[in-house]
Amino acid sequence: MSDLNKLTIAEARDHLRSGDVTSVALTEACLAAIEGAGKLNAFVHHTPEIALDRAKAADARIKAGDAPAMCGIPVGIKDLFCTEGVASQAASRILQGFRPEYESTVSAQLRDAGAVMLGKLNMDEFAMGSSNETSVYGNAINPWKIDARDLTPGGSSGGSAAAVAADLCLAATGTDTGGSIRQPAAFTGTVGIKPTYGRCSRWGIVAFASSLDQAGPMTKTVRDSAIMLQAMCGHDPKDSTSAELPVPDFEAMLTGDIRGTKIGIPREYRLDAMPAEIAALWDKGAEMLRDAGAEIVDISLPHTKYALPAYYVIAPAEASSNLARYDGVRYGHRATLGPGDGITQMYEKTRAEGFGMEVQRRVMIGTYVLSAGFYDAYYNRARKVRTLIKRDFEAVFAQGIDAILTPATPSAAFGLGEMADADPVEMYLNDVFTVTVNLAGLPGIALPAGLDAKGLPLGLQLIGRPWEEGALLNTAHVLEAASGFVSKPEKWW
Amino acid sequence: MSEIDLETARKVAHLARIAVPQENLPALAQELSQILTFMEELNEVDVEGVEPMTSVTPMRLKRRKDGVTDGDIQARILSNAPDAREGFFAVPKVVE
Repeated sequence: MSDLNKLTIAEARDHLRSGDVTSVALTEACLAAIEGAGKLNAFVHHTPEIALDRAKAADARIKAGDAPAMCGIPVGIKDLFCTEGVASQAASRILQGFRPEYESTVSAQLRDAGAVMLGKLNMDEFAMGSSNETSVYGNAINPWKIDARDLTPGGSSGGSAAAVAADLCLAATGTDTGGSIRQPAAFTGTVGIKPTYGRCSRWGIVAFASSLDQAGPMTKTVRDSAIMLQAMCGHDPKDSTSAELPVPDFEAMLTGDIRGTKIGIPREYRLDAMPAEIAALWDKGAEMLRDAGAEIVDISLPHTKYALPAYYVIAPAEASSNLARYDGVRYGHRATLGPGDGITQMYEKTRAEGFGMEVQRRVMIGTYVLSAGFYDAYYNRARKVRTLIKRDFEAVFAQGIDAILTPATPSAAFGLGEMADADPVEMYLNDVFTVTVNLAGLPGIALPAGLDAKGLPLGLQLIGRPWEEGALLNTAHVLEAASGFVSKPEKWW
Repeated sequence: MSEIDLETARKVAHLARIAVPQENLPALAQELSQILTFMEELNEVDVEGVEPMTSVTPMRLKRRKDGVTDGDIQARILSNAPDAREGFFAVPKVVE
């Protein structure tokens, strides 16, 4: 069988179980694809020895029978996840050389399920960015290309999205604080789900904004997201916000039947400046769900407009406190000190050298909004607005809405460097459709639904009720089948 | 429009323990001002009587037994330190 790296998780699992493919062969195909894709700069730390060891172990386990679905599946791990003995630096200079002595719960669960780690994936520094341009490793590049320009794979999980879209791995982990799984998925024609806050343990994932961060899978199909999410979820005593709820069999919930469900279309998401193609795709998505037997209902989420400004108070506030730990004492980079420099100079120089510009900006904004005299005006007000945003969703769910359909992003992938002269707020607008979901702690999935006139993928987003990832995946599965999206980027790298 | 002056920018940088050279302060102040202006859209919202969110999903933080769960891992804890000596993290002089 050729092109094993192009298989989906579900296909590979079936081949592995029937014995006509080995995990070693799958892994070698992915390692060869990674080797030939240096231009994409998706994998930034390579772990071929670990991969082959795990693949061999997976093959033995599969042979013995009763192996879990992820057993033997080669995956990439976002650099934000701490992986034991393997560089984990959140794409930041300040964590250069850091090799954790422990494994994040999510990557440990994948490892224990038999998944094969191929290496670590590029991302925006500390997951702060929407284009993968803030990474210390340099830009990850979108495998989709329509002219001479290199396009962004989105961010912050840009390396994960590029790697999955280019078939360098069967799937990858991502994390999502304001859209960091869903926006890159939309930019690369892949599927990404952010589960309900508390579904996945955050233990061992480098923290950005703790009340918003969630891990999730990035895959080629909705079914693969269901399979991989299942392996990533579950209660963890080491994360006090992880939910003590049973994890259902998500794949078994992909019945393809959504008759009688109610899909909400929020009028506030119809932005004045929305490109006609995106508006048309959104309408088409609603039509496809209607054709599948769902009822389409116009809904209102009145505080949508305030989600971005609330997010850009809350996330930097939490980041300024989480990133206080990078002090040059316990791990990572420490600046070279001049004669007479004391501990304050050590902190200040270390952080100035170690943090990139966007991270510095957000830490300082966070510091400002938490400082005496401004705490109420900014931080407390933003948290009150967050309550109102969550209430908007609760109200529509109380009306019987099962899921909400929106565009995933306000545009298709843009060129790397094209936003260089924009002010920071313009880049933040990428998250306009996704950020509400993090503020309300809800599950959200982005899936490809069509191509724009230039041939770039466009995504739709479905937002579900809390803890109902299974029903959400099923709705996405129906939309995926109806839209029939099968395009892949043509190999140029 | 919110205005962050140079003095405030300098103060914020110091509070955040990030060294910002004097010549970069004007650009920093301008960027921070732009972001704060964007945040001030929140002033349009009536938040009278609304509780600030503390937990996005209704949950009570679990309590656990106050017990020792690990230990004897000094070498592992120090393994990533930029400067570790005799079992300690080493830093420049703290007290004059």
